[in-house]
Amino acid sequence: MKAVVWEGPTKVAVKDVPDPALLNHRDAIIKVTSTAICGSDLHLYDGYIPTFMPGDIFGHEFMGEVVELGRDAGSGSSANPDGLRVGDRVVVPFPIACGACSPCQRGLTSLCENSNPNAGEAEKVMGHSPSGIFGYSHMLGGYPGGQAEYVRVPFADVGPLKVPEELSDDQVLFLTDVLPTGWMAADMCDIQRGDVVAVWGAGPVGQFACLAATQMGAAKVIVIDRVPERLELAAKHTGAHPLNYEGTSVLKELRELTAGRGPDRVIDAVGMEAHTDVTAIHAYDKAKQVAKLSTERPQALREAILSVANGGTVSIVGVYGGLVDKFPIGSLMNRSITVRTGQAHVHRYMRPLLDKIRKREIDPTFIISHHLPLAEAAKGYDMFKHKEHSCTKVVLKP
Amino acid sequence: MKSTQNPERGTGRLVRGLGVASLGLGVPMLLRPDSVARFAGVDDSASAPALIRVVGARELIHAALCLVGPQRSVWTRVLGDAMDLAVLAAAMDGRSGERRTRVNVATAAVAGIALADVYASVRTARSQHGRGKPGPLTLEASTTVNRSPEDVYAFWRDLGNLPSFMQHLEEVTPKGDDTSHWVARGPLGKKVSWDAEITGEDPGRRLAWRSLKGADVDNAGTVHFAPAPGDRGTEVRVVLHYDVPGGLAGRAVARLFGEEPEQQVRDDLRRFKQVMETGDIVRSEILPRGTEAKRQFLQGPAQASAQTSNDGSSR
Ligand SMILES: [Zn+2]
Ligand SMILES: [Zn+2]
Repeated sequence: MKAVVWEGPTKVAVKDVPDPALLNHRDAIIKVTSTAICGSDLHLYDGYIPTFMPGDIFGHEFMGEVVELGRDAGSGSSANPDGLRVGDRVVVPFPIACGACSPCQRGLTSLCENSNPNAGEAEKVMGHSPSGIFGYSHMLGGYPGGQAEYVRVPFADVGPLKVPEELSDDQVLFLTDVLPTGWMAADMCDIQRGDVVAVWGAGPVGQFACLAATQMGAAKVIVIDRVPERLELAAKHTGAHPLNYEGTSVLKELRELTAGRGPDRVIDAVGMEAHTDVTAIHAYDKAKQVAKLSTERPQALREAILSVANGGTVSIVGVYGGLVDKFPIGSLMNRSITVRTGQAHVHRYMRPLLDKIRKREIDPTFIISHHLPLAEAAKGYDMFKHKEHSCTKVVLKP
Repeated sequence: MKSTQNPERGTGRLVRGLGVASLGLGVPMLLRPDSVARFAGVDDSASAPALIRVVGARELIHAALCLVGPQRSVWTRVLGDAMDLAVLAAAMDGRSGERRTRVNVATAAVAGIALADVYASVRTARSQHGRGKPGPLTLEASTTVNRSPEDVYAFWRDLGNLPSFMQHLEEVTPKGDDTSHWVARGPLGKKVSWDAEITGEDPGRRLAWRSLKGADVDNAGTVHFAPAPGDRGTEVRVVLHYDVPGGLAGRAVARLFGEEPEQQVRDDLRRFKQVMETGDIVRSEILPRGTEAKRQFLQGPAQASAQTSNDGSSR
């Protein structure tokens, strides 16, 4: 089969690789019909996530048709009470969760204790291991990703959610990651009446965080980015107030927009490869990252913390891989700031968000800028990374 | 998880501590020999400061050897102590009063240091040139399983289940009464086997066993089961004791092949949890057999498996 394979920093190729096979009784094989390139794929693409190796297959946002089921994969579960059948059309959550361990049963599925066979490696870096993730380095399981014609899905009785025929791939594909991730970002803020919410990053996750914050009753949502098209998109589809940080001070602008208080809830939907105008700091972070002295460039996070109102909440869903430098812990501690964070517990959000899509309360398709055949994945990555041609989200069709 | 066997590590710390002490002595001797001479009661000798400088330089060499050299460098300190004691004994002659007292104090201090040095040297010799056997290894590991203590105990008590999650066990055959026959893969693919007996049994709480006489590898183990607080399932703690064949060399070879004993026990317990909670050992394409620790160190790309799928269709 064909698959999108990493060949080294900023190099991807579509190659012939062996077909996936069932390895566990609860596995399913999915024939992929749509898969998306995600902002966190760019961290892998650029080579910043340790233990992603040349030859590894990308992709954790994918959906398709069930073509093969292991002996125990068809049994009923909370996701699919009637069980899964060959021929079902499903969306697959990016964290792999067993459904039986204690975090899974508490709904913290991105912390599944059984789905990372390489947990020992992750423990060395993070202390304890999170769940395994499709196409997301060996430290997180070494599972081949879904930017391929076929993909093996472990714990298929728990993860994949059947989707109704009347909804198109584009309408439901983002249930796999960016939609639940944006929703959880706002959810973790515990938004109260009158709250002002500021969101760093107008990528897909940032867009959906704005949408969720609006729907959860925020008085005002401010979105911060430097790409005019992305800001326009957010303003048009989520009602957020756009703030272009180029040529201005975000802290000063936010202070003005909130009459000195600062936003009550802030969301970092940027993560480890933040860009900043403050050239010296950017150069410092970038140099350390390139020299492998530090894995992160946390400028968005620093700004978010410094700007949040006293007693406010910082919600982090942008991806970080290791250690940060120049972290404003003094600001955090002295001002009673709450920090909440996590990889999205997608399983928990998928069903209610599918219902919202069916009821036309949300239409996630507005973030899609490009459809490309799988064979043109390299072009898609390059365009998405450099945000050329107003690229906000690329959907690949195998 | 911890490994409670490492006499070398304690000795190493002692040697490094002595190295730091050398540094503390050597620097003032080099920089302020006059003060040191006064302190030691030999300030009336014209040649003392020069001699003290030489001793200071020697201390710095000791420090360097102890801090970055092999552990047995601590012997150089014993030689130095002998020289110092000889010099101080000579200094005692012809001194009286307060100076004599200071020389005595300095001699007592050097004698104390010498004792520590001799002790460290003997320990070094023991751990490095001893009987070539590291002694029994004790390994501990624990995990929490989201099942009741009764279930978890019952699965473990059925000894035939052990090879399903312990990567080095090939087979355990219960033989009725309390004995069983165990077959394991040792380092370098060598097979080892032994008979074992249950030595303690407290259903839902504790299970202990040990190998019987004539085992290739003498071993014993205990598993403790206890309810985890707040309905979090069962806390499982394993303590294993065994003699690694081939002593230090055997262990070094085993490590070369990625078969680090601590990691092994930890991985075994992780798989035990998987089997108890999900009914299976979770595999990924880089770990298709799900059990070989060494593959974690020699990983290939996470390409889809080369194995043909069950229906054999080509896609
Ligand atoms: Zn994603
Ligand atoms: Zn789980």
